[in-house]
Amino acid sequence: MNQWIARQRYLVDFTLASLARRKTKNAGLLLVFALLVFVLASVMLFASALRHEATMVLAHSPEVILQRMVAGRHDLVPPGYVERIGRIRGVQKIEGRLWGYYYDPVVKANYTFMAVVPAPASGFAARPGAREASAPPAAGEIVVGSGLARHRGVQSGNVLSFRSYSGKLFSFRIAGVLPADSELVSADLVLTNQADFRAFFDYPADHWTDVTLSVANPQEVRTVAQKLANALPDSRPILRDEVSRTYQSIFDWREGIMLALLSAAILAFAILAWDKASGLSAEEKREIGILKAIGWETGDVIRMKLWEGLLVSLSAFLAGYVAAYAHVFHFSAVLFAPVLKGWAVLYPKFTLAPAIDGLQVTTLFFFTVLPYATAVLVPIWRAAVTDPDAVMRG
Amino acid sequence: MKVRPSSLAAGVLAALGCVAAATFLDAARLQRTHAVATEHAAMLVAQFGLTDLALFTEARYTRHRAVADLHSAFQDHPFGLEHFPSGSLLPPPVHLTQARHEPVDRQTALSR
Amino acid sequence: MIELRDIHKAFNEGRPNEYWALRGIDLDIAAGESTVFSGPSGSGKTTLLTLLGCLARPTRGRVRLGDEDISSLPERFLTEIRRRTFGFVFQQFNLVRGLSALDNVMLPAYPLGLPHRELRARAEAQLAALDLGHRREARVEWLSGGEQQRVAIARALINAPQVVIADEPTANLDTALSCQFMGILERLLDEGRTVLLTSHDPLVVESETVDRVVRLRDGRLVEP
Repeated sequence: MNQWIARQRYLVDFTLASLARRKTKNAGLLLVFALLVFVLASVMLFASALRHEATMVLAHSPEVILQRMVAGRHDLVPPGYVERIGRIRGVQKIEGRLWGYYYDPVVKANYTFMAVVPAPASGFAARPGAREASAPPAAGEIVVGSGLARHRGVQSGNVLSFRSYSGKLFSFRIAGVLPADSELVSADLVLTNQADFRAFFDYPADHWTDVTLSVANPQEVRTVAQKLANALPDSRPILRDEVSRTYQSIFDWREGIMLALLSAAILAFAILAWDKASGLSAEEKREIGILKAIGWETGDVIRMKLWEGLLVSLSAFLAGYVAAYAHVFHFSAVLFAPVLKGWAVLYPKFTLAPAIDGLQVTTLFFFTVLPYATAVLVPIWRAAVTDPDAVMRG
Repeated sequence: MKVRPSSLAAGVLAALGCVAAATFLDAARLQRTHAVATEHAAMLVAQFGLTDLALFTEARYTRHRAVADLHSAFQDHPFGLEHFPSGSLLPPPVHLTQARHEPVDRQTALSR
Repeated sequence: MIELRDIHKAFNEGRPNEYWALRGIDLDIAAGESTVFSGPSGSGKTTLLTLLGCLARPTRGRVRLGDEDISSLPERFLTEIRRRTFGFVFQQFNLVRGLSALDNVMLPAYPLGLPHRELRARAEAQLAALDLGHRREARVEWLSGGEQQRVAIARALINAPQVVIADEPTANLDTALSCQFMGILERLLDEGRTVLLTSHDPLVVESETVDRVVRLRDGRLVEP
């Protein structure tokens, strides 16, 4: 065993000494290789963290949302609808929601207005402070998301005026700002009470924007939704797992776009690496001849080259991965944020908790380290099986 | 005596490996510190029955994509470009269009 | 020690440019002797050396090393024998450029996996014995021709071979350096090693250090 290690160390010594002879060229290759891993790993880590965050947060969203469709478009839920839903077996906690959009010409951004309907929706209500927070704002008061507050430059206690769609001017006192670390879901929210909401939007009495409900037996969500769709043919039930799947696919898609853009760079590197690794110079061929003549076995030559490929690709992979981690989670992915995050006038500020997907990292490892190691090996194989007497004749 | 290149390489690789392993520890640490923020967001989601991330506020099909009308791109904001996977060059993956995942709407309900 | 029987060696066999370098050589080489193969270029002396040194196998005929028939051994075993038994000094020295003299000397022992300290000490001793101790960290391309040859000799000796093979050792050296080489040769013989050379340099062929001169022409031995 010791002897084996000693042999491998000698082979590593030799391969490193050979690499050191063309320092700039090999260092350049290592750098480009590490850079490529860095870019790929950045995209992967960012997308995986965002996906994870979305899944965690949206796990608490309503189990089923029921929309009413008119001519294929989302429409108001008329009076009596909620009662009809209540008659379906298995349905619990039916609540109408009131929400809509308001375009604020001052900052050219869209806000999401939402009326806080009493009755808390889930187990979170049991936590201290939760009930106060979920209590509807008093008349003439609003609670705003911290993204909005930042963008409009307002704070708790200020008065905000909006011109409603009916043309009337409404002034609201800001009673509070939602926690800044929840901006990912609340950046553009304006919370009002029900009466203010209906007055501001001229919302027809007893109508709702949509209806949320939960199902007694979580395994029957799909069956219940099916029953709802049958009983109310103009409704469209949306399930929680569909919501979360939507977000999964959005980030998959954005990641995919990024990777597609990068694929050209990947190909370019593949060509470069292939050329560098597989193009055996006359000098190297001669050296292999010398090594074989002075007593190296073909296997030794191949092992030596394998070490070269492994050392280069492994250090490039590790360096690239570590740099990507630091970039995404300690420098907020400054380099790729525009492409990965997308764009909006009112964009939430948020930090991401790392959610390292082991499978993805492993995949990246195998797709970078192995091909390079093999690219190094292929030509050596051909060169190493030549007769050692070539050196004498040459 | 000079340091052997193999010792140098082993040192560098070991150091890189340690740093790479440290990213996992750091990830666990960041996750713990981030738990409060996730909790806040999750609480809001639960209290107000929120369904979407406030990432793209320009159009309703991007702000509330989970509850947007079906097939509704290019509606609201002139810069609200197509964000749906169907707008890309490839069709959505098969597993999304298979029966198990088909949306529970009127059409599927009637076909039973 | 080494026995050649009816050795033929062809290059590009079966192709239009087929060429027979050796056409029936019978030869016995005794241990501890120095033998010079001499003859005009193209006479097959270098090819003969590659067969003796297990760098190549004959197309026809038998090579025996000690009690072993090595002419039909597979490549792997041949390498093993070559590493153990032979040390080579090539005409162009064939040092690996970019490495230090010391690293070059240590190269043939790498596959053996000796402890590094031991191997290094051994290589340093070899270089010191050839008056190259002070140049051990220098890259080989910075060394003079004579120094390069001595590095090549040190490299040939690192695995303590029984047989040292040198192809045209004095071809690239001036008279003074050639004489120095003959001195080294004498030392090798004193150590009990067998030495095989090719040369057409009179300084070598007519030297007293040489025990035997074998002349070749057109791939055959020329009887003296």
